[in-house]
Amino acid sequence: MSTFPCDGGRVMVAMSGGVDSSVAAGLLQEQGYDCTGVTMKLFDSGDGAIPRERSCCSLEDVEDARSVAYRLGIGYHVFNFSESFQEEVIDRFIRAYENGMTPNPCIDCNRHLKFDRLYRRAAALGYDRIATGHYVRIERDADSGRYLLKKARDAGKDQSYVLYAMTQEQLAHTLFPLGGMTKAEVRAIAEARGFINARKRDSQDICFVQGGCYADFIRERTGKTYPEGDFIDTAGHVLGRHRGIIHYTVGQRRGLGLSFPEPMYVCAVDPADNTVTLGTERELYTDTLTAEDVNLIACPAFDAPRRLRVRIRYRQPEQWAVVTQTGEDTLKIVFDRPQRAVTRGQAAVLYDGDTVVGGGTIR
Amino acid sequence: MIYADNAATTRMSDAAMAAMLPYLNRIYGNPSSPHCAGRQAAEAVWHARETVAGVLGCAPREILFTSGGSEADNQAILTAAAVGERTGRKHIVASAIEHHAILRPLEALKRRGFEVTLLGVPEDGIVRPEAFAAALRPDTVLATVMYANNEIGTVQPAARLGALCRERGVLFHTDAVQAAGHLDIDVCRDRIDMLSLSAHKFRGPKGAGALMVRQGIPVSRLIEGGGQERGSRAGTENVPAIVGMAAALREAARHREENAAKLVSMRDFLIRGLTAIPGTVLNGDPERRLPGLVSVCFEGVESEALLLLLDDAGICASAGAACASGALMPSHVLRAIGRTETLARGALRLSLSEENTMEEAEAILRAVKAAVSRLRG
Repeated sequence: MSTFPCDGGRVMVAMSGGVDSSVAAGLLQEQGYDCTGVTMKLFDSGDGAIPRERSCCSLEDVEDARSVAYRLGIGYHVFNFSESFQEEVIDRFIRAYENGMTPNPCIDCNRHLKFDRLYRRAAALGYDRIATGHYVRIERDADSGRYLLKKARDAGKDQSYVLYAMTQEQLAHTLFPLGGMTKAEVRAIAEARGFINARKRDSQDICFVQGGCYADFIRERTGKTYPEGDFIDTAGHVLGRHRGIIHYTVGQRRGLGLSFPEPMYVCAVDPADNTVTLGTERELYTDTLTAEDVNLIACPAFDAPRRLRVRIRYRQPEQWAVVTQTGEDTLKIVFDRPQRAVTRGQAAVLYDGDTVVGGGTIR
Repeated sequence: MIYADNAATTRMSDAAMAAMLPYLNRIYGNPSSPHCAGRQAAEAVWHARETVAGVLGCAPREILFTSGGSEADNQAILTAAAVGERTGRKHIVASAIEHHAILRPLEALKRRGFEVTLLGVPEDGIVRPEAFAAALRPDTVLATVMYANNEIGTVQPAARLGALCRERGVLFHTDAVQAAGHLDIDVCRDRIDMLSLSAHKFRGPKGAGALMVRQGIPVSRLIEGGGQERGSRAGTENVPAIVGMAAALREAARHREENAAKLVSMRDFLIRGLTAIPGTVLNGDPERRLPGLVSVCFEGVESEALLLLLDDAGICASAGAACASGALMPSHVLRAIGRTETLARGALRLSLSEENTMEEAEAILRAVKAAVSRLRG
């Protein structure tokens, strides 16, 4: 991992073409940073010479970002990271579903693209920091000297859940100028400055799956067929046939194609047996989970079990739990109250008040 | 600033600019007008056509002025396609390293029932005449192979290919956008039926080009309207640009050999220096290449980062193709000569003009060495 050579004022701003990152660039420039805008081309549509339908990082997004950069009078580049995106985000996304998990590609994109690929590119080009339009804050803890990731002031926009994997080095060289702002304030700034994207809609959840369902996307990408198999109950009785495991995610009720006297939900997806286990609402609850591939931000390790609040999916209210470190990068999390639909592949993110203590992937 | 991206575009020559200036405001007539203002403009276009024809070795009436190289390429291909449709020959041969201005129209023709053979090239980036001959069929209407490649600079054996086509009654088109003004081209000697060129690649203005079409081949129109260009291209002539193009081409042809000698010495200095950097390969044959063009791939380096570091050092260079967004794309040319996708992403193209100096070449080499070692960390 390259390190930033000095602590100064050259900032590479990741600009998606959306309103948030555009305002982020404008604010940093106002604060005196020497900014350059960059759009990562992540999703490859053919050889790129002919624009295709609207998707993430489409030509329109690039044009919007470039127009804002021109308006601000800052440099602007497009980096083609489509191959890294394929390997680090799309391939992981597909592998997760094939293994009966429910991935969160935004976390992978932040971790492997913005804060690794782009971060290293910025360092190699002599930039001091990178910046994004995420709604989160970074603070330095005076006692420990550690950089802390904190929730946004605007709780409704907080994006700390998808950034739990940031390292100390990354936090030390990253700026999140929108952490203290509300979306309404951001849009007002964009309007006042005449940014072309001031009224642009917010981006979608899974940017690379547009206008279709993710299972179709996976089938198209892999060329594979995912064989039908059995729906079973928690005792192992066969209840019917499922359409291939990639179609199911824990907690799902719709689209099962079966009817039962009481509502039934997906409780587990087992790639080894190619089965999908269904159960009642009650059977969805569990009070314990294991998280792996853990990253801790607020401290290097847990010496003793900690009482913290935990989110097991984006935008879920936090739940009290006791968190114990069981290995170098594994945690055991025991909730005060059983949690509904703990889902393998999603992240468990630990909070102490507004501070992200760390997180990991649910196993 | 050191400008080493002359394959992208060039600085307009003083001769071209001086020739154009009167036609920007003083002599402004429409060449189609019968009055004296129009006649002056028509005469200027006539002189320009004679000049371009003289450099290429064809008749003035075989020169058709266009908006540039891409338009000329498109028109050449549609012209041949019309011949093919009339004569029932719907097979076309092209090299795999053609410019997109060739490849895309061919894609479109496939949807009209044409069959296209894309001829691969060996690692040296030069089409083999034997393989080319083998690809020609009785129903082949057109073969199109560029005179020199824009990304790696290799010069193709146009005369051999032209002779093979002439023997078999196949139309031979060559995209000479990178070659015109830089190489000795003679459409008669080289048996070329159609040739495309672009003014801004030989220090003429942007927005002007020409298509040479051998007499007797009926030209298909891309633009319908008035009867300009003998009915082959409607629209009022871009008189200043046409005049500038002719002046630039005349000047380039006049100084071609001395320019080439100077360019080759700088080019070979850069090739020696760059290939001495460990993990560097030269793209394309070391000798059969454009006098000012160097293309290399560096292992463990990404062009996107390299170009920005060179830009910071005041050096304008290039990698290969960029897409509509401005992002760099893996080059189909580098893939065609067998570079892996990873290696192809570490490409650097330096294209010099006679305005560059040996001191600049030395500065470029120093800057590239520094940037490569920095990026390899």
